[in-house]
Amino acid sequence: MTDVEHDEQQTPLTGDTAPAGDDRRGFMFKFGAALMGLGGLVISAPIVGYILSPAVKDWKKRRSWIDLGGLDQYPIGRTLLATYRNPVHGPTVGIADELPCWVRRIDESTFQVFYINCAHLGCPVHWFEESRLFMCPCHGGVYYENGDRASGPPPRGLFEYDWQVVRGKLYVFAGEMPNLQIPGKLPEDDLTPLTVDGIDYRDGQPVTPDDDTEGARP
Amino acid sequence: MIRMLKGAWEWIEDRTGIAEVVREPMTHPVPRSAKWWYVFGSCTLMFFMIQVVTGICLALVYAPSAATAYDSLLYLNYDVPMGWMLRAIHGWSSNAMVFMMLVHMVQVFLHGAYKYPREMTWIFGVALLLTTLGLAFTGQVMRWDADAYWGVGIGASMMGRFPVIGGWLTHLVLGGPIIGGDTLSRFFTLHVFVLPGIAIALIGGHLMMVLKQGISEDPKPGTPGAFVDKATYKAEYKERIRRKGIPFFPVAAQRDMVFCGVMLITLIIVAAWYGPIGPGPRPDPTLIDVTPRPDFPFLWIFAVLALLTPAVEDYLIITAAPILLLALFMVPFLGGTGARSPSSRPIAVLVVILLISGVGVLSMLGVTSPWSPHMQAWTSDAVPPSFVRSRSPLELQGAIVLQHSQCRNCHALDGIGGARGPDLSDVALRLTPDQLVRQVQQGGGNMPAFGKNLSSSETRAVVAFLDTCHPPGARPANRPGARLEALRELDAKRAGN
Repeated sequence: MTDVEHDEQQTPLTGDTAPAGDDRRGFMFKFGAALMGLGGLVISAPIVGYILSPAVKDWKKRRSWIDLGGLDQYPIGRTLLATYRNPVHGPTVGIADELPCWVRRIDESTFQVFYINCAHLGCPVHWFEESRLFMCPCHGGVYYENGDRASGPPPRGLFEYDWQVVRGKLYVFAGEMPNLQIPGKLPEDDLTPLTVDGIDYRDGQPVTPDDDTEGARP
Repeated sequence: MIRMLKGAWEWIEDRTGIAEVVREPMTHPVPRSAKWWYVFGSCTLMFFMIQVVTGICLALVYAPSAATAYDSLLYLNYDVPMGWMLRAIHGWSSNAMVFMMLVHMVQVFLHGAYKYPREMTWIFGVALLLTTLGLAFTGQVMRWDADAYWGVGIGASMMGRFPVIGGWLTHLVLGGPIIGGDTLSRFFTLHVFVLPGIAIALIGGHLMMVLKQGISEDPKPGTPGAFVDKATYKAEYKERIRRKGIPFFPVAAQRDMVFCGVMLITLIIVAAWYGPIGPGPRPDPTLIDVTPRPDFPFLWIFAVLALLTPAVEDYLIITAAPILLLALFMVPFLGGTGARSPSSRPIAVLVVILLISGVGVLSMLGVTSPWSPHMQAWTSDAVPPSFVRSRSPLELQGAIVLQHSQCRNCHALDGIGGARGPDLSDVALRLTPDQLVRQVQQGGGNMPAFGKNLSSSETRAVVAFLDTCHPPGARPANRPGARLEALRELDAKRAGN
């Protein structure tokens, strides 16, 4: 009984005497390979998508307006460090979520808000009130008070935030770390309006959906 | 009892054949001349195995989330029994592994051991070097302190140098738009799953090649095996090994064992003495009083990035790594045959000397970072007394302006202060007052212009002070009337005599 079963299993494997079986196995092999290939493609789609998702997502669209507090915190002519909570974050970020930026108030209604990251390789720049310079501790980049490059290896001036003042508060458009390929300031069209109490603001001025029609009215 | 154990072992061997499987590679014949020069590879492997074991142990406690990683490191350092020691061993052994691998590589290169037919052994080795450096960098990020945080920032900014795909690469590295929780998780996955897996596979390949092609003989000129001729080398090597080879274990391995033992004990002493590496300050981006520095394998790159001129920087960041890698991979194909001894290959020796001294000098510069301003120099380093003794009020005021305007962050007086700009102790010998005014006001030569930030009286004061900065008795920089002044002084002296 055992021998018979054994034979039954062995015969198809030796295969020499069964050309029909050969054909079938040839087909089975190709079919199996195709099936595995298809399955492989299907299963790698979510894996590759999962790994690449942070790269292909358009993070510019995820930036949002952040409240940096009342204007009275920022005396005219001074440059001060402000911190804010990063608007784009997962649940595990911890203290790395609290980000600094340099706020320079030029006059009553004009600001410059600089990213902390040196334009050279991203280290945190320090502001020196007395010499009115930003200096970087990594490779010695130096910037003037208006963010222009003064000396050292940086290829450009400091990155800046888009900002607006609404109802006595300073807001910056934040959510992405800048580098030479990721701009600090965005083109006008990429900025979403800031909504305060249900009213949308652009450049510190309220905009309403029927703004255009009002404008067209004689 | 012993008979029972023996019986059990025989049963295992009979069913698995494990001893036979292990015996073959362990006792493979190696050249008799493979002596002390040949111990560095084994030692590198030993450090890797220490990394695997201690790494697994650390992962028992380390919490790989940006919110908890730092605290779990402190917990390891101060609370978990022997946690500090395991962290110390893991950190120092990582340094040792990189170092030993480089020594091994230099030895293989100088002895021409990469030549025919061992090209693939070398290529596996280069891939291992790359993987090990990847492990070292991702390991630095595991330390999730300020250095790690800003180190990742430097990496992300370097991605930004790639045109078109720069933004894409940045976000791929960071796992998001900014350094955050997903960033640490990515680096953790690379550090404990991906890269060790790759390393183990590559070590397997490397050792397989060692077994297949054998270990090269000591390339002493005049001895057989010191010259590689493709037509005859393989057969002759095989014949020599068959006749004169000794088994790796337990004969040739004696030296490896002694060296590894010494290194192991050294590692334990260093780890116990110096303790765990970090963590440094908390990874709190709002604490900006940090001076981020990379770990030692990357200090030379840090230095290069500071010293390059901006004009070539982009090109170098993009092309340097691929070119270096390609050059390393090409080594066995550019000089794959011929003499092996370093005494017959002066260019190879020169290349090694240049590379070691270059990387060595750059690494030392990376430690001192003379290009970085000393952020606290203007408040911590006072003007040395000899520079203010018997100076006029205007000159003294100038010393205050110099100090208050953070000039000292970049300029030293008497060697104390920043080293970004020249030491000002003898600046009056180099520049006339007019040139000093111009330099202060307009900057240039890598100095910012202070014209907007200093009033004209402040400039006058600081230049008056700088004009006194010269060794006593030395004549100041050549200026209109200086010669006349000197002659008058001479006349006065003569008249006095």
